[in-house]
Amino acid sequence: MFDALVTRARVKSPWVLHFDCGSCNGCDIETLACLTPMYDIERFGMINVGNPKHADVLLVTGTVNHRNKKVLQALYEEMPDPKVVIAIGACGLSGGVFRDAYNVVGGVDRVIPVDVYVPGCPARPEAIIDGVVAALGKLRQKAVPTAAGAGGNGRFHPRMKATGSS
Amino acid sequence: MARTVIPFGPQHPVLPEPIHLKLVVEDEIVQEAIPALGYVHRGLEMLAQKRDFHQMVQVVERICGICSMIHSLCYCQGIEEMMGIEVPRRARLLRTLWSELHRSHSHLLWLGLFADSFGFESLFMQLWRIRERILDLNEATAGNRVIVSVNVIGGVRAEISEEQQRWILGEMAGFERDMNRIRSTLLEDYTVKSRTVGKGVLTREMAYELGAAGPVLRGSGIAQDMRQLGYAAYGDLDFEPVVEAAGDAYARCKVRFGEVMQSIRLVRQILGELAKETDPALAAKVKGRPEGEVVCRVEQPRGECLYYLKGSGKPQLDRVRVRTPTFANVPPLLAMLPGVELADVPVLVLSIDPCISCTER
Repeated sequence: MFDALVTRARVKSPWVLHFDCGSCNGCDIETLACLTPMYDIERFGMINVGNPKHADVLLVTGTVNHRNKKVLQALYEEMPDPKVVIAIGACGLSGGVFRDAYNVVGGVDRVIPVDVYVPGCPARPEAIIDGVVAALGKLRQKAVPTAAGAGGNGRFHPRMKATGSS
Repeated sequence: MARTVIPFGPQHPVLPEPIHLKLVVEDEIVQEAIPALGYVHRGLEMLAQKRDFHQMVQVVERICGICSMIHSLCYCQGIEEMMGIEVPRRARLLRTLWSELHRSHSHLLWLGLFADSFGFESLFMQLWRIRERILDLNEATAGNRVIVSVNVIGGVRAEISEEQQRWILGEMAGFERDMNRIRSTLLEDYTVKSRTVGKGVLTREMAYELGAAGPVLRGSGIAQDMRQLGYAAYGDLDFEPVVEAAGDAYARCKVRFGEVMQSIRLVRQILGELAKETDPALAAKVKGRPEGEVVCRVEQPRGECLYYLKGSGKPQLDRVRVRTPTFANVPPLLAMLPGVELADVPVLVLSIDPCISCTER
């Protein structure tokens, strides 16, 4: 019962961490615009946080390069389970117009598992909100423990299996 | 006293972009700041050797999403100068119009983030609410909110109809009313003044010697604005650079506020000129391939932006070199930081309006 309550609270009020991973700022300012009165994602209970340890949802904008890929990995690993990752914009999906540049590794999914892809160059705030709402469905799936003790797609941290579900 | 090194960034709530500063502090007072860059480096300048010079317009636009229009404007002007293309006057006026819209939305974005950096969240929300007006104008006239993609080599690809021009005038009146309403909060509020007045002072001499650009330079009392070169249609318009003498974070905030108001006046002037312009041509024909080298300068919201282009008669350019205003403003920032309290670091870092994706490309 406690699990159900926690899951419900998580999905009802997800905390969002935004990381700019080599984007041109276009998607970043659209992500920030989601917080402001015109789009106002706080009405869905979402709060933008600065600390990965508080976050349930990771919004990543932009391509991954050889330097920030470690930062991205570290942020992902610092986030507690269950967590979902949303890649925003053409660059986050595949590298976009920059895919041929020498310092570009490619999309976000080259480094960390991505649950939801939001296309657009830059992605519109409506599309980002839609992506977050789709991610919440995944978060619910991941949060509900299956018989095996692992989450929906088995992307839990290995230690989670030993101690059972959260 | 113990010296401590505090890492600031690359992921920090106040920064939308990754920049890393190692702050050496003694008792909460910053002694030294060591920057580390490279988190956003993609290697766009090399792409010039893979894409042809028409395709590069889309790439340089994405150097920075905030001032994208002005990047492509500078690139197109450089290529046009190299190839000797005469751009129709209507296209030059439209380019000026969009670059002023970009300037005002960039400054509003900055003013909002600046308010957020000292915790004035409601002011941040209000400024971004006003900014949506400009984004609506961008979307209606060019089809996208942020990256408008209107420039092509030889002119522009979109026209603003007379009905849209009337609507823009109406929106500008509403925009000006909103800005006047927020002026007293932004510039006279105790909270804002106590966090910005006298913080991060950059004297006139320091600004000149360290090579500051844009509002940082003008906030220190030097009236230098690349728009006075008269590129695009700025030569036909009547304006003076906005200058403040104090050189602190508050002065830089005042300069940017003044430039938003200046942009409104410029948009009105441009619309007046557009109504008088009879030639409907939007773009000149482009024949041949670029050959030679050229240096082109424009004024971005953050300051002077310089493009060096070199072509040798191939579809691909040999070299594209971009020098962006934030690159010029990093040394002044490092000179400002020693001696300030740790809590003021976010305010000062934002006061130069850092655009890391421009700087690192």
